[in-house]
Amino acid sequence: MSDNNQPVLDIRAVSGGYGDINILEDVDLKVHAGEVVVIVGPNGAGKSTLMKAAFGLVQVNAGEVLLSGEKITNISPDRLVHKGMSYVPQERNVFPTMSVQENLELGAYIRKDDARAQMDRIFDLFPKLKERRKQAAGLMSGGERQMVAMGRALMIEPTLLMLDEPTAGLAPAYVHQVFDWIRAINDQGVSILMVEQNAKQALRIANRGYVLATGRNRHEDTGERLLADPEIADMFLGGR
Amino acid sequence: MEFLQLTYNGLVLGSILALGAIGVTMIFGVLRFAHFAHGDLMTVGAYVALTFVHWLAWPIWLAALPAIAVTSILAVVLDQLFYRRLRRVAPVILLISSFATALMLRALVQIIWGPDNQVYATGISIPYRIAGLVITPDSLKVLGATALMVVVVHLFLAHTKMGKSMRAMSDNVDLARISGVPVKRVIFWTWVFAGALTAVAGILLGVDTRLIPTMGWNILLPIFAAAILGGVGRPYGAVLGGLIIGLAMNYSVLFMPSAYKLAVAFIIMIAVLILRPQGLLKGISL
Repeated sequence: MSDNNQPVLDIRAVSGGYGDINILEDVDLKVHAGEVVVIVGPNGAGKSTLMKAAFGLVQVNAGEVLLSGEKITNISPDRLVHKGMSYVPQERNVFPTMSVQENLELGAYIRKDDARAQMDRIFDLFPKLKERRKQAAGLMSGGERQMVAMGRALMIEPTLLMLDEPTAGLAPAYVHQVFDWIRAINDQGVSILMVEQNAKQALRIANRGYVLATGRNRHEDTGERLLADPEIADMFLGGR
Repeated sequence: MEFLQLTYNGLVLGSILALGAIGVTMIFGVLRFAHFAHGDLMTVGAYVALTFVHWLAWPIWLAALPAIAVTSILAVVLDQLFYRRLRRVAPVILLISSFATALMLRALVQIIWGPDNQVYATGISIPYRIAGLVITPDSLKVLGATALMVVVVHLFLAHTKMGKSMRAMSDNVDLARISGVPVKRVIFWTWVFAGALTAVAGILLGVDTRLIPTMGWNILLPIFAAAILGGVGRPYGAVLGGLIIGLAMNYSVLFMPSAYKLAVAFIIMIAVLILRPQGLLKGISL
């Protein structure tokens, strides 16, 4: 097997869901080093479920998941964190009564070394968090909470960051910003897998995209080509 | 003047309730489980200290150390023996099992130490009279020890990695788990820490009044009222709730017979559950 072309994340023919009932059927997905990969598709297509399956939050009943070549199928999230995978849930993604700084410290829980340098880098990315580092995360606006959530996930300096609908429920002004942050994080060498409702905007910053429908792969292509494909635009990206 | 005395007595009772309520609220926060055996765990702590006071003639503060150790270990053992196995089933079963544990602990106390009233120290201690206020040396011990414990709790929760992990689990268990917080280890230390606080609360209750096998059980209701009033899962809220319930129970004698003190705690608990179920400091929704 080769090495430099080895994907960071390799989901191979995965079927899985909650218990024995499969939501995902025979799904494949790859994230190569340095890529931004977006999963799009209609509601109930299993987008979030696929990401959760990769992170051990949903049971994989068939197929396998590899992280940089290592088999991680059905390994629990608390162990995957040690392997450099980070996940930001769509909801409830901060510790509301804890300060911004404490949220970041919790993100660094597994680090044995000094995480302050990384915290400074996160403050550089999100200067607002530095200003508000003593404030309880639960009292912040939706966009600010998303910064805290991403910051927490970045504290382990992950090789793969997974984002579940990072723009859900945000004001339109912030939606744009979130995509800028994702680009900035990616520029630092973090591979990114995300599920996104704002499919068009997400595909614009993505290297590649997967279209999922009813728990199966429907299309896979570069972001540009998915955007240009009239059939896909019609069926999955809200037309026009 | 009577009002001032009641305020003082209320703060003393409130201190004991606060220490009990911190333990209850931390266990609820981390494990999402109302621990009904908490009062009887207090009783055990009080009696273990009694043994060291009577047999070895240790002063009460020294006897508190083995009592804290025994109660912490017992709390961990109870969790490993009973609660751990039931965590994945319906919460109500866990609750009932803690009720059964409460009965077992109380029976154990009666078997070992007997059913009669006992005290740490016999004899008369002269109370201080300051501006008409009657202040017993024992009540000062209660206030001092509580203040010390609240500081310890604060330093632990605000400045140690384990304390922050407990708060994180209280806030959002799933997020703590996916951040790599070792959930089982945090649960273990939560029992150790809550067990220690419980022992101190039990000893202080014994210092303030006397020891009987039902002492912890009798005070469980106001402790739960304090935890709920303060906001479940919020240790600082538990301190606030404890003091308010202690004061309210004492002020109530101005309006009604003192036999109804306990009912006051109950009424406050019901009122909070109806009007502000998240408590004073926004706690976990029940």
